[in-house]
Amino acid sequence: MLDDRYPLAFRLYPYQQAPDQSHEAHHPVVVLGGGPVGLATALDLGLQGIPVVLLDDHEGPGQGSRAICFAKRTLEIAQRYGCGTPMVDKGVVWNLGKVFRDDAKLFEFNLLPEDGHRFPAFINLQQPYFEKFLFERIEAAIADGAPIDIRGKNRVDGVETRDDLVRLEVTTPDGPYALTTDWLIGCDGAGSPLRKRMGLGFEGQVFEDNFLIADITMDGDFPTERWFWFEPWFKSGASTLLHKQPDGVWRVDFQIGWDIDRDEELKEDKVRARLDAMLGPEVSYDLVWTSIYTFQCRRMTTFRQGRVIFAGDAAHQVSPFGARGANSGIQDADNLGWKLGLVLSGQAPESLLDSYDSERRLAADENILNSTRSTEFITPKTPASRMFRDAVLDLAQDHPFARPLVNSGRLSLPSTYDGSPLNGEDALPDGPARTRPGSPCPDAPLGEGFLLDQLGGGFVLLTLNAGDPAPLEMHGLNVATLNLTGALQPDLRDRYLGPAGSAVYLIRPDQHVAARWQTFDPERVVQALATATGHGS
Amino acid sequence: MTPLNTAPNIDDPDGFYAELVAAHDGLTPDDSAALNARLILLLANHIGDRATLRDAIEAAKRPNFSG
Repeated sequence: MLDDRYPLAFRLYPYQQAPDQSHEAHHPVVVLGGGPVGLATALDLGLQGIPVVLLDDHEGPGQGSRAICFAKRTLEIAQRYGCGTPMVDKGVVWNLGKVFRDDAKLFEFNLLPEDGHRFPAFINLQQPYFEKFLFERIEAAIADGAPIDIRGKNRVDGVETRDDLVRLEVTTPDGPYALTTDWLIGCDGAGSPLRKRMGLGFEGQVFEDNFLIADITMDGDFPTERWFWFEPWFKSGASTLLHKQPDGVWRVDFQIGWDIDRDEELKEDKVRARLDAMLGPEVSYDLVWTSIYTFQCRRMTTFRQGRVIFAGDAAHQVSPFGARGANSGIQDADNLGWKLGLVLSGQAPESLLDSYDSERRLAADENILNSTRSTEFITPKTPASRMFRDAVLDLAQDHPFARPLVNSGRLSLPSTYDGSPLNGEDALPDGPARTRPGSPCPDAPLGEGFLLDQLGGGFVLLTLNAGDPAPLEMHGLNVATLNLTGALQPDLRDRYLGPAGSAVYLIRPDQHVAARWQTFDPERVVQALATATGHGS
Repeated sequence: MTPLNTAPNIDDPDGFYAELVAAHDGLTPDDSAALNARLILLLANHIGDRATLRDAIEAAKRPNFSG
């Protein structure tokens, strides 16, 4: 009754009987789901010293590459967790995209037009590897004393939500047991059994088209770039995407229409016919994985239901063009981790968690908007939409103005939390827009390394030629300082100072800007810190 | 004359495109074509310059794309 529903890529956390299976124990946090978002959430909390139990009904990630594009912001978050480097080392780095129609190249684009960042715009990495690197970091953290407990083959079959706790009934190979928790974090994917069990809605739009994924290994001569064809000459789909992954694997996506027989299209000879037409008869290849998916863009009305908080695909689902699924889910974990940590340690009111809901709903809406627009362009719904799409493609080769209108996916960028209740003052005259309150801190070279490495994972006051303030303390909360003086490197100046001679930034544990000023005023910093931790203004 | 500007010149191109397509939601093909005609006339008047308009008409007549 606990049979695997899919074959595993890696068996990372084999079932072991937990001591509390014999009696009903209480835990501060239970994370449901061991995908990228669940693992990141558990790691974030564990690194703060918060005991966390993660339950998954399997013993590791399933086979299949699934999410393959991991964005710079995700890598920066992973670096804060201590596992960004192995991901980049294993991943395929790419910055260049090319757009084709039929057999002609329309144009190409570079995703990272500026230097001065530790991480590239994107790496391609199969999702099971991404999860494995997170898990290996969790294992290392556990060895250092982080209270993280990952339980494989633990399937939640009952949820009871009360005002003061959540009670879970769990099925294991040794039979059922129950546990209670202060906070339940639902990271159990787009089909979220938890969400369904709680009867919560998931509204949005289904796009009437199917996409066939084929992962192949081949000796073909394609560069490390994202190639996208509209109406490709080889006729294997209405559009086609080609992407390189590690281990010599290529991801090919064919847009194959709405009215299809899925089982038929997944037969090897049918898949090979499409690939043969695209690659030519002289290229030999092996099929690694195939799948058919449809596009959906939808989200929950609210991501917090009392003591249950949803993150990742369980809370919001986007179409894959744009790589906004896993990347936004990791930002959910990044946003939730420190807030839950402060609430559990009594340093912030529970209402701080409502800002997770408002900030990440804003981000989800931004991601859904972008991915809906890409989908509309790739699969026009109406004759008028198709006419404009084709007109843009007609003009894009010769007229540069049409190129920004070509939408083969707007690739994931982190959201700026404009209007967030946690934002404090923006009191840096003519300060750069990209570092206004709510912004994710852009990286910049600093000394021999990079700025983000120095910001750490707590509140920090970053000062640029604004004296040498000492670390602060408020409500038992420590604010570290990073005081930079003298001749600052140009990228750092451009991104944080602008025309100003000095600047002071209060930066949140998730490395978003809380507030900024031209000069250091301890009272205003304390005020902003109160606002950023949900103590009101 | 003002030369026909074919460099990117629209703020928020994705937002513009979505608005343009949405203007056609629910219209019959004839109504859609009529909306486009009205839109072209409005934009042409805004441009005003006869030579620029002639260049735009010529650019639109040859789609350039030969794939």
